[in-house]
Amino acid sequence: MSGEHMDKVPKPQDQTSVFVRRRRTFTLIFLGVMAVFSISSAVTNYDVIGGFESIPAAITWIAKNLIPDEKALSRLPNIIKKLTETALLSVAVTVCAGICAFFFSLLGTRITKINPWIARTVRIAAAFFRNVPDVVWAMLLLFSFGQNILTGFFALFFATFGMLTRTFIETIDEVCEACVEALYATGATYLQTVFRGIVPHSMPEIVSWVLYMIETNIRNSTLIGVLTATGIGAMFDLYYKRMDYGSASMVVISIVILVIAIEIISNQIRKVIM
Amino acid sequence: MSILTFKNVSKTYDKMTHALADVSFSVDEGEFVSVIGPSGSGKSTLLRCVNRLVDATRGEIFFDGHDIIRAGKKEIRQIRKKIGMIFQHYNLVDRLSVIENVLHGRLGHKSTISGAMGFYSEREKESAFQILSKLGLTEQAYKRCDELSGGQKQRVGIARSLMQAPRLILCDEPIASLDPSSSKVIMDHLSLINKNMKITCIFNLHQVDVAMKYSMRIIGITSGRIVYDGPPDRLAESKIHEIYQSNEGELITDVR
Repeated sequence: MSGEHMDKVPKPQDQTSVFVRRRRTFTLIFLGVMAVFSISSAVTNYDVIGGFESIPAAITWIAKNLIPDEKALSRLPNIIKKLTETALLSVAVTVCAGICAFFFSLLGTRITKINPWIARTVRIAAAFFRNVPDVVWAMLLLFSFGQNILTGFFALFFATFGMLTRTFIETIDEVCEACVEALYATGATYLQTVFRGIVPHSMPEIVSWVLYMIETNIRNSTLIGVLTATGIGAMFDLYYKRMDYGSASMVVISIVILVIAIEIISNQIRKVIM
Repeated sequence: MSILTFKNVSKTYDKMTHALADVSFSVDEGEFVSVIGPSGSGKSTLLRCVNRLVDATRGEIFFDGHDIIRAGKKEIRQIRKKIGMIFQHYNLVDRLSVIENVLHGRLGHKSTISGAMGFYSEREKESAFQILSKLGLTEQAYKRCDELSGGQKQRVGIARSLMQAPRLILCDEPIASLDPSSSKVIMDHLSLINKNMKITCIFNLHQVDVAMKYSMRIIGITSGRIVYDGPPDRLAESKIHEIYQSNEGELITDVR
């Protein structure tokens, strides 16, 4: 800072006390984190040095076992088939959940709510669906549907629905307040205001969130597939348990490629619509 | 003939803040009225009570034979149909084209379904283009609203309200975000609309000089009460200071 600016500061002792306070806060936080770390390491018998020492061995093992071999390559068509199935399921789930969440969120926003109690219920329901992780939804639904593709579908659906409802409520309240007021003032009905005002105005944000959830769901669906014995997750599980590590890593590599590809595509779409 | 009557209207928010206190006045058909007063004095609430964007707490409001405060949902829609509104921030659907925004003025006249689907008749489209050409926006008709300048956006707002074929236009700070030349264009258009189409206009304005030049009548409002109601030429300097609760020399209008 230049001397000129320093001259204008009225009370220099105030400034030093700000820095002292900041340093003290920082030290306290650092000590707190260290304490939590050592307590939890002690409870779980975690050996810090041993953990780091095992890293080179792990890398060697990966290099030896996880390079896809010829057998893995011959399985590629099968892997790709399962991968498309999983990806398409994720897209279907997200789009369904997105459409439901849009209409549900209209009841929960400040500007389009029908009744404050319904709005509160909607918000609580959305928070509940969102805060239960999709893996837990899958475990719960395993009881009713068994190891079935429907289990995976509903697990992803509920979690996505909760997440999207909450984001849509925030988006609509933030983006559409002005045009909603104007349309109501012209004598437009509720549905007219929704379709002529909110839908066109918030669509880019909404599509962008749906794209984001498609990406997330493709990642999550592989994990849920392990639980529900469907899709690419089940395939990975199978190869892994057979100790066919080459094929298992083939699965992992293809998932990574797919996720990156989807991300690139959805970024392109975002650029066009925003 | 009075078109709008306020009788002892009060509005309280959260049972604490008095936005309007015992406000009474009436506006004749064809009048051009400006409401002036400091920020937070209740000007915006006053305007929004007319078309029930805000519900008054007490009193009576009559507009064109409607009892506004007691109107049910259907009647509110009938009332809003006849009242155009223009906003400080234009409140357009930015991602739609100019012509679509203008046609929104017809939504109150249409069935829910055809309005929601955006089906407009040829006649409606023709009159939308006529209004646009009157406001000098023909070339912008197919542009998206977020490509327009502030002054153009406000003209789209005017076009939307004219599309309603209104009896009354409410203008909530219509020029507060515009530069002086666009402000003049907007005020001139509204003044012409008032003269030629005999549409009553009620303005909220921050610019006392603009209010004095354009309006036939000025209502001064301070913390929810009317402290002046009369023609602009009888509005003395001291009264302006009373409205803004300020002393000599503290207002921008005092600077010469």
